[in-house]
Amino acid sequence: MNAELASQLKARTAHRTARARAVSALGPLTIVAGLAWAFVQPYRITLLHPRGQGFWWLFVEPPLWVVVVGILFALGVAPGLIEDLAAEEADAAAR
Amino acid sequence: MQPPAEHVHWMFATGFLVLGLCLLAEAIVGPEVWGRRRWRAYLWPGFAFGMGIFMWPVMVFFTNSTIHTLAHGAWAQVMMLAGGAELGLVRGKLKSPLWRLCIALAFLVSGTAFLIHEQNGWYFQRSAFLHHLIGWTMVTATIFPLGRALRRRSLVFESGFALTFVVLAVFLYCDRDLAPIFGHLSPLAGNPHR
Repeated sequence: MNAELASQLKARTAHRTARARAVSALGPLTIVAGLAWAFVQPYRITLLHPRGQGFWWLFVEPPLWVVVVGILFALGVAPGLIEDLAAEEADAAAR
Repeated sequence: MQPPAEHVHWMFATGFLVLGLCLLAEAIVGPEVWGRRRWRAYLWPGFAFGMGIFMWPVMVFFTNSTIHTLAHGAWAQVMMLAGGAELGLVRGKLKSPLWRLCIALAFLVSGTAFLIHEQNGWYFQRSAFLHHLIGWTMVTATIFPLGRALRRRSLVFESGFALTFVVLAVFLYCDRDLAPIFGHLSPLAGNPHR
C-alpha cells in the first residue's frame, strides 16, 4: 500500500472516531446539564417538597426530564448510531 | 384537570430537546449513517408531526383570545406540514428535496406568529420577553432550514438547524406563567404566584 494513502486513511479514521466521540458525548452532556440545573434551581424539582402539590407539579419536573432525555438518547439512540458509524467506516475502508 | 400553561411549555421544551439531540446526532454522522436503521430515519420527523398534533389540544384548551388561538393553530399546522414532508421524503413518497423548504416555512410562520400574538413589550413580564426572543430567534434561524434544503450535508446549516431546537428548548424551559424578567415586571401583569 502507498504510504500516502495509508496516512489519508488514518486521518479519515481519526475524523470518524471524533464523530463517534461527539455522538457518545451528547447523552452524558445532556444528563450533566439537567443535573447542573437541578443543583442551581432545586426549587424547580417539586418532588423535593411534595406537600400540597397537585399532579402536574409533581409530574412535570423539567431538570429531571432533561436528565431522562439524556439517558434515553445515551441508551436508545447513541449505541446503534456509533455501531452504524463504525460499519460505514469499515465499508469505506474496504472500498 | 388541565396542566398550568407553563407546564405545557416545559413539555414542548422537552419535545424540542429530543428533536435537537436527534438532529445534532444526524448532523454529526451524516444522513446516510443516520438513515441506516429505518426507525431512526422516521424518529425526528415523526416526533415533529406528533408535536404538531399535540398542539391542537393546546390551541383548544389554553388560548384565551382569537389571536392566541390563531397563533397556536398556525403552529400546529406548520409543525404537521414540516414533519409530514420529512416523513414523505424518508418514505420515498416525496422525491424533490425542495419539500425540505416546508421546515423553513414552519420556522418563518412560527416566528412571525410568536411576534404578532405577543401584545406586550419585551419587559412586560418573562413570558412576553420570551415570546419576542423566540419569535426573533425563529425568524432569524430560518436561514438554517433554508440552507439545509438547498445545500444538504452542509455542517453549518445542519448543526445550526439542530442547535436552534436546543436553544428553543432552553427558552421554553425558562417560561413561567407570571414572573419578572431581569427585575422587570409590569404592575399590570399581576403578582407572581410561584
